[in-house]
Amino acid sequence: MSAPTRVSRREFLQATLVAGGGLLLGTRLGASGRPAGAAAEGALNAWIRIAPDGIVTIVAQNPEIGQGVKTMLPMIIADELDVEWKNVRIEQAGLDTVNFKSQFAGGSTATPNHWQSMRQVGAAGRALLVGAAAATWGVPEAECSTAAGVVRHAKTGKSLKYGALLAKAATLPAPDLATVKLKDPKEFKIIGQRVRGVDNHKIVTGTPLYGIDVTVPNMLYAVYVKCPVFGGTVQSANLDAVKQLWGVRQAFVLEPGTGGALNGLLGGVAIVADTWWAARKARDQLKVVWNEGATASQSSAGFAAKAAELSKQPPQRSLKKDGDPDAALASAAKVVKAEYFYPFLAHAPLEPQNCTAHYSNGKLELWAPAQTPASGRALIARTLGIAEADITIHMTRVGGGFGRRLNNDWMVEAAAIAKQAGVPVKLLWTREDDMQHDFYRPAGFHHLTGGLDGAGKLTAWRNHFVSFGTVERFASSAGIQATEFPQRFVPNFALDASVMPLGVPTGALRAPGSNGIAYAMQSFLDELALAAGKDPLQFRLELLAAGEAITGDTVQPARMRGVLELVAEKSGWASRPRTKGTGMGLAFHYSHLGHFAEVVQVTVSRQGALAINKVWVAGDIGSEVINASNAENQVQGAVLDGIAEALAQEITIEGGRTVQSNFDNYELLRLTKAPPVEVHFRKTDNPPTGLGEPALPPVVPALCNAIFEATGKRIRALPIGKQDLSWA
Amino acid sequence: MKTSFKVNGKAVSVDVPDDMPLLWVLRDVLDLKGTKYGCGIAQCGACTVHIGGEAKRSCVTPVSRVAGAEVTTIEGLSPDGTHALQRAWEELDVPQCGYCQAGQLMMAASLLAAVPKPTDQDIDDAMDGNLCRCGTYLRIRAAIHRAAGGPPAAVPGGAQ
Repeated sequence: MSAPTRVSRREFLQATLVAGGGLLLGTRLGASGRPAGAAAEGALNAWIRIAPDGIVTIVAQNPEIGQGVKTMLPMIIADELDVEWKNVRIEQAGLDTVNFKSQFAGGSTATPNHWQSMRQVGAAGRALLVGAAAATWGVPEAECSTAAGVVRHAKTGKSLKYGALLAKAATLPAPDLATVKLKDPKEFKIIGQRVRGVDNHKIVTGTPLYGIDVTVPNMLYAVYVKCPVFGGTVQSANLDAVKQLWGVRQAFVLEPGTGGALNGLLGGVAIVADTWWAARKARDQLKVVWNEGATASQSSAGFAAKAAELSKQPPQRSLKKDGDPDAALASAAKVVKAEYFYPFLAHAPLEPQNCTAHYSNGKLELWAPAQTPASGRALIARTLGIAEADITIHMTRVGGGFGRRLNNDWMVEAAAIAKQAGVPVKLLWTREDDMQHDFYRPAGFHHLTGGLDGAGKLTAWRNHFVSFGTVERFASSAGIQATEFPQRFVPNFALDASVMPLGVPTGALRAPGSNGIAYAMQSFLDELALAAGKDPLQFRLELLAAGEAITGDTVQPARMRGVLELVAEKSGWASRPRTKGTGMGLAFHYSHLGHFAEVVQVTVSRQGALAINKVWVAGDIGSEVINASNAENQVQGAVLDGIAEALAQEITIEGGRTVQSNFDNYELLRLTKAPPVEVHFRKTDNPPTGLGEPALPPVVPALCNAIFEATGKRIRALPIGKQDLSWA
Repeated sequence: MKTSFKVNGKAVSVDVPDDMPLLWVLRDVLDLKGTKYGCGIAQCGACTVHIGGEAKRSCVTPVSRVAGAEVTTIEGLSPDGTHALQRAWEELDVPQCGYCQAGQLMMAASLLAAVPKPTDQDIDDAMDGNLCRCGTYLRIRAAIHRAAGGPPAAVPGGAQ
């Protein structure tokens, strides 16, 4: 998505004394050998401020969307700096692409992008303070140690707190970040601990934190009404009548942004009022004649019919071919065929889309709960002709992302409305706006064929994947990797694709691609295991053994076998009861650099009532689990998210518009349906990686496989709630 | 027209249409931003407040209905954020995005006021109307038990 913060040029720590005697530590590019406190060549990339009283303020640079990054990244700095967490304060940065890198939330990337650089920044700060103490005492730096914000010299028994070393530190040569000595992981004191979210107290006391909570002087409130058919535009609207309504100050039409892209500014009607309720209520009286456009002819039923038609035709293109799948299938002892379907899904973050914008004298200021603020700024600049340098973005805490806020349609709407209105405006979508103007997880249709030899070994695999887009390019998040498992684990392999056109906007939903693909692949693997007469665990372990160990962004067999064996052990897989009506299911998936295997245990009554009793998770995200508390919370949340998707969620398109509108017809998981989720991590000697996403995909097929074991019924179409699970 | 009531012990009077939901009076007129908008149709519980001590969905409560009533919001759950539930929520690190948690806490507070030592079934019955999109339900359940003086607290499902 964008470059990691790896040090590509020589980067040095920069230290500057500030008013009150504090020391500001940041990084700068340049040559070594000059005092750390010398004037910076460019603006300071400020990470850390140490006050004379020892309080350390660390800047959190990425958007906090509930993934815990506002706590996690500063933990890394604080540990290497060797200060106590209780003396650390966190400040949220605004969007600042000059001084910070990769200021986005998405793809479970914050850990792999920043792990090394955050350690270096913290360690360089520590090195500078050790240098200051050593110089003060006239002793070698190597004889000095640090702990809890204090430098000690054991031989002389001398010690100085960091707060007493600030002025001296600013006069010393700048440590080179690339060569600074990092801690031995055995010495970590904060990394690996259970650290509470830094905003918890504000959250539990209702302190304003989120985009929706922003207030600026003289602010008005807006709703923005778009055509229910995607891409439709305004032909006419009864604006004069709406302007007469209680509390309404302005009502106007916005034309679509250049190019008419669905992820840009769509045409619509803005109502600006004294309170949001006034705008919302006025909307009930708004009458718009829409130009619905071409998408009005599209529907979920139409997509299904077209997919069935395409599946019977030769695939439009081959994404990957290994060996000779046709010959291998022809000579297989057993051939298994199945079709899998998963529907469109919405993100439904609990904080509806909103943004506050103020346009004045050619400059735009925004308060945005964004996942990708820099992309939003670029979109606004492009759409409204405002230079990026004239756009300031304050990053608020975000009430859930799940990928929805990777798109910035709501941000450009707020900017356009504020520019037209001439006053600060807070745009807030209704839940219905959010549900019906999402960038949906695309539906997918997998047509699978597998061949087994006489020994039950998988020798051939074919998938004709029917999706959306153009022949040249899949719609957003509607594609599949050529190397998707089990590629390279089956000697004869074909992955083919056909697509149909789509006017419905699609995008990344937590674990994009994987959240549907894992369901199809791991369910079908269970079908193959059954045909092979093998236990689902044994079949998977044998399949993984067939692939060679290669490195890179792909499944590593040894790591996957490790989590499979761990989850089997923890769940008691081998000795699971095998009575009809109860079942356990197993699945694994690699995504976002994480290896996860999960087991679900269910009970299904004869009448088909499903109860999910427990879920076990084993994950391998490398050598460190940085925040043990949040890691567990993320995994449990991802598992419950996957269960919610599998059980009940489906977005249906009719007449080019979304049928579902709110939580009464698009169900999130409720507390009573949340099973215990036991989380285990298998630490391996690999760099730490992210956790927002990779725990989600396996739970969907693990649940479906459990239902099969309990009932003999294979779930080949989601959501499960539409299937009859009764058994005799 | 004018409606007078009490919010967090303080008398207030607002001049808004009778059908304006309490949620928007709290947020946009009285500038109490802790109560959240999630659905507008009493399906998610993010807007839960206490009216006369009872948990209610403020998004579907017309302001006229609280005339003369005592309303408590998350800002008034305790003077200093030290209600047993607030402490338990912090100690067990319940929130992810945190957006639903004010509503969860207000719902749980009304449960504990009525049932000081709730069973899992009591918690199910009380909390099922409060959605958490991030899925922090396991910690919500544990935190309610902890606030009720239940067994010390293991966060459920943690790796050993």
